[in-house]
Amino acid sequence: MSASAEPKAASGLPAVAGAAGAAGAAEAARRPTPARERFGTLVEGWLRGHTILIYLFLYIPIIVVVIFSFNATNRRVTDWQGFSLKWYASVLSDKVVQSALANSLIVATSTAIISAVFGTMAALGLQRAPKWFRRPFEALTFVSIIVPEIVIALASLVFFSSSFDILNPIFGLKLKLGFPTIIAAHALFNISLVMLLVRARLSGMDRTHVEASYDLFATPWRTFWQITFPQLLPAVVAGFLLSFTFSFDDYVITTFVSGAGSTTLPLYVFGTIRKGVTPATNAVAAVMLLITLTILVVGQLVVARNARRAGGRSAATVAEMITEQSG
Amino acid sequence: MATTSEAVPVRPTRPPRSFRSGALTTLLVLPASLWYLILLVLPLAIVVVMSFGLQGKFGGYAPGFTLDNYASAFERLTPFTTSLILAFAGTILCLLAALPMAYFIATRAGSRKSLFIVLLVVPFWTSFLIRTYAWLTILGPDGLGGFIGDVVGDSSFRILGTPWAVLIGVVYGYLPLMIFPIYVTLERMDRTLVEASKDLGAGRWSTFRQITLPIILPGLITGSILVFIPLMGEYVIPAILGYGRVFLVGNQLVLQFLESRNWPEGAARAVVLILIMLVSIIFYLWFANRGRKTREVSVI
Repeated sequence: MSASAEPKAASGLPAVAGAAGAAGAAEAARRPTPARERFGTLVEGWLRGHTILIYLFLYIPIIVVVIFSFNATNRRVTDWQGFSLKWYASVLSDKVVQSALANSLIVATSTAIISAVFGTMAALGLQRAPKWFRRPFEALTFVSIIVPEIVIALASLVFFSSSFDILNPIFGLKLKLGFPTIIAAHALFNISLVMLLVRARLSGMDRTHVEASYDLFATPWRTFWQITFPQLLPAVVAGFLLSFTFSFDDYVITTFVSGAGSTTLPLYVFGTIRKGVTPATNAVAAVMLLITLTILVVGQLVVARNARRAGGRSAATVAEMITEQSG
Repeated sequence: MATTSEAVPVRPTRPPRSFRSGALTTLLVLPASLWYLILLVLPLAIVVVMSFGLQGKFGGYAPGFTLDNYASAFERLTPFTTSLILAFAGTILCLLAALPMAYFIATRAGSRKSLFIVLLVVPFWTSFLIRTYAWLTILGPDGLGGFIGDVVGDSSFRILGTPWAVLIGVVYGYLPLMIFPIYVTLERMDRTLVEASKDLGAGRWSTFRQITLPIILPGLITGSILVFIPLMGEYVIPAILGYGRVFLVGNQLVLQFLESRNWPEGAARAVVLILIMLVSIIFYLWFANRGRKTREVSVI
């Protein structure tokens, strides 16, 4: 367990000393000299200090935004004039913010539903698909994830506007950029994401339950819904929530393929910070944070509960699933 | 599978691959395939075609064939080189920041590991835009920028609008993407190898260099690619923290597609960007797999 031979007296964290009765020469070799021991303590201290500093680095900006959203000031955002909720009141009653929030929720919910359903379907289908299909499909999944967002964004814009230019006169349509184009473009990345999460889950799945279900004369349909799907559910839920969050927070793709009347919250926030950060901006940001963090907590609860019910084989929390996936 | 003999009753096994199961498979993969074809392959193909085309009279695109767009992309290479330098610097800083932290969480956190991971996921889960603009307050004249200016006695000292601000934003934004893969490889690593190395008299540093580092190399590579690639196309961070003065490929693409509406020139630049990325990925993978018999490092 412990990576080092030195005792962990310096660190307060539990660690199991690794020396388990190694004999003679080995023991002599690893016996710490005072200089080595001092160096070991230094390394432990540095690792700990570094980790704490990075956590501070990660959290301070978020905390700053939240704190200054409660600032009562009417002037500069950092000019602290006492605690107040007035900016929340003013922001939440602002018609522009209200409609941006509604737009964001529409886009994110639609994207998440589309991505979760089609991504899961693709993961299941790909298991049974022949190799000649699977390989190019996997290559495209890779491309959809690795290509920078801005390239996807401009390619989508070019595609939508040129196909609208062709289709509209022929069929007398009035297609234009708006919710459907934003949702379609968001779903591309997120379908791939859900598919990867569900595939990872599928490959780690215990086949014996499925075999048992067939042995008990269950139909494939019933086997799927009673055995396979419950086991996949944590991955589907995690995928749904991640898609929702990514879509809800997306700026780059949205700014390229949105039209009049489909301004989302990130677009609104970006527009206001160009004129300077105000407590009102921070209040909108804090509302966004609240929404996405609620989603994260709900997801953790759902997935953890599901894992317990499934026999607690793994504490598959959303966090761990994201971590696993990026490996 | 159990072979059916006379003693064992015939049991229904999984249905054989039939026409129906083929149709089901097709149905399952159809939506995602359509998405890939219509919203990925086709748009990228259009971008490539457009990159050889002419600019329309009112912006946009007019059919034609010219290499001028590429010529002009190569004439003004500054955004590309700025992007490359920033992407390299950002990736290396992320590596330096992530490795000790991932190492600490994987080997020293003990029972609190899950807590540490959740604490990492929360910033990852919060809006990129908000996390970026938060630095406007921190680095601004009322924050760190002003403070350093006071200390060095230079009232014109600024951090915002400089490449340093963009670099800070970049490391901040992409750090979680670097930590996760490194953590996973460290977590899966067989720790007894480290014990063995120590038993054989190797010190901390040589154990790390000879045992740990080669094993976690795939994680380092994955993390570097996950950071480097999106960084090459970054737009939000330079636009906000660099005030648009730190001009990257992403800024130029936004300018050409949304403002000056010179689509063919923008398309050519996008194609060049994709090519640069492909070359870097191939180079990374070649570098990582150098001297190995089997190809161990892939991205997904």
